Amino acid sequence: MKLSAQNLCWSAGSLDIVRDVSFDVAPGEFLGIIGPNGSGKSTLLSMLAGIRKPLSGQVLMGGQPIRSIGSREVARKLAFVEQQAETAERITARQAVELGRTPYLGPLSGWSVEDDAIVDGALENVDMVDKAERHWHHLSGGERQRLHIGRALAQQPQVLLLDEPTNHLDIGHQIDLLDLVRRQDLTVVAALHDLNHAAMFCDRIAIMDHGRLSAIGAPEQVLTSDMISSVFGVDAIVAPDEDGVCHVRFRPNGRKRVISRKDDLT
Amino acid sequence: MPSPLPVWRNKAVIVKRIPSKIGGTGAAITALVLLIVALIAGAAIGETAIPFDVVAKTIANRLFNAGFPLEPLDEGIVWSYRLSRAVVAACCGASLALAGAVLQSLLRNPLADPYILGISAGASTGAVAVALLGLGAGLLTMPMGALAGALAAFVLVSLLAMRAGSGSNAIILAGVAGSQMFNAITSFIVTKSATAEQARGIMFWLLGNLSGVRWPDVGLALPVTIVGLLVCLWHVRALDAFAFGNQAAASLGIRVRRVQIILICTAAAMTAAMVSLVGSIGFVGLVIPHAARLIVGVRHGRLLPVTALVGAVFMIIADILSRTIIAGQVLPIGVITALFGAPAFAFILGQKRARP
Repeated sequence: MKLSAQNLCWSAGSLDIVRDVSFDVAPGEFLGIIGPNGSGKSTLLSMLAGIRKPLSGQVLMGGQPIRSIGSREVARKLAFVEQQAETAERITARQAVELGRTPYLGPLSGWSVEDDAIVDGALENVDMVDKAERHWHHLSGGERQRLHIGRALAQQPQVLLLDEPTNHLDIGHQIDLLDLVRRQDLTVVAALHDLNHAAMFCDRIAIMDHGRLSAIGAPEQVLTSDMISSVFGVDAIVAPDEDGVCHVRFRPNGRKRVISRKDDLT
Repeated sequence: MPSPLPVWRNKAVIVKRIPSKIGGTGAAITALVLLIVALIAGAAIGETAIPFDVVAKTIANRLFNAGFPLEPLDEGIVWSYRLSRAVVAACCGASLALAGAVLQSLLRNPLADPYILGISAGASTGAVAVALLGLGAGLLTMPMGALAGALAAFVLVSLLAMRAGSGSNAIILAGVAGSQMFNAITSFIVTKSATAEQARGIMFWLLGNLSGVRWPDVGLALPVTIVGLLVCLWHVRALDAFAFGNQAAASLGIRVRRVQIILICTAAAMTAAMVSLVGSIGFVGLVIPHAARLIVGVRHGRLLPVTALVGAVFMIIADILSRTIIAGQVLPIGVITALFGAPAFAFILGQKRARP
């Protein structure tokens, strides 16, 4: 399903967080959003998810304004995995995934065998079947994140939005997780930190800087040493690796731009 | 490019609704039996012990005109005093426990409870203001005053908590401040406007007291409890979805603001009705939901009915204890619940600390 952002703007007080961002994501495409902390990635994603109402502009899902679609209907088509959502409840891994069925269940409609089958499928997909009955608090960060993805898959969405899904995971789990997402036949928009992961897994990359969309395109077009130095303020060499995927190598002592910026504006 | 799709994903969902769980009926019958036994025990046990069969016959006489020959005095005690009292106790326990369970889930705070968050104190202030100051010039009844006070207290405590920061303990501290303030206002109103006789009665009522409860009170307690329970049950899926926070709930299609407003108003209304009848009884809303979670887990579809049932039975037992623990004296029921609740509060606080 196609997802479009049209002139999205959002600000907190007098501070502009997202400024006039527009782009289209084609059905089945994996779009990565990269940018420094506080560049507006999370805010942009929550607007795309229909959770945050843009100050101006709109999000279209399948050509329809997302705010004109009921919230349950949106949740059946689009799933959003936020950064590190935690719980204090003593829920099991399976129960966390079962939450994904919420948009399909009404107050009077019971849980069906079909729901069970979908949850089983999602657990299998994220490789958590053997740990389904474990308590949330006894799972590792990587397992929890996989369950969040599993919950999102149980929503049977066509669009999947991920906000820095690999934060705090070790490198093996980071690759596994992105690979897992890549394997789904979904339209994906993911905020990512690691430029090389973005180059490896994304069809296109969008670069956010100070709330603006400063570039969007195929990894080898967007990830240039000029762009990296102007947005992230680091010196980098970009060269294709042996598989033809562009590879970013950072150089020490190359930090050019020293701008104090509040870390977590979003 | 994306690899082949997993088979299960694009299967059209044929939404088959299973009628209701087969286990559900059995559990409901057990619950009902338990509740009836507790109610009968509440009517039978007291300073004059009345045999269970007399209680049962009294109920049969009054409800179905069964015509069993009974001692009028026994029948009077059972019907006019104890049974109405037991029914109100059950409603009160169920309502307060439900309010606690809902607040704990919505605020994602295991220490949330109408008493700790100052909602009960606000309701007391509202009720006292109407009863003593004649606020609302006869248009407002005591329960309405209590509701206004309860909502005012919740709004104030929430604002205070927002200013104090986003930590999970902020709202608890704000609740402490709110309770103190509303209790002070209540004391001020009582001291200023009540006669000595009234003041004694009100102070006793404030600690939680079921002594004056009669059948007309059931007319408020029972509908509020039933409607409150139904409203909460209508939102069980939404409450489940709050497990990972507001944003996660929103992304599951829950209209967060609306659900929060409906459920917090319901919790406040249940608390207010009970406070206007029997005063503020603490800790039921805190302890009972945790006990219920230990029994049936965290899913609200089971948790809420069990919370209501356990709350009802607990309160009937607490009332029996309050009438019998000191011979010839009635202890305020709030004292009993606090004796159970305060250690439980400490225990939950310790658990919370242990888990980051």
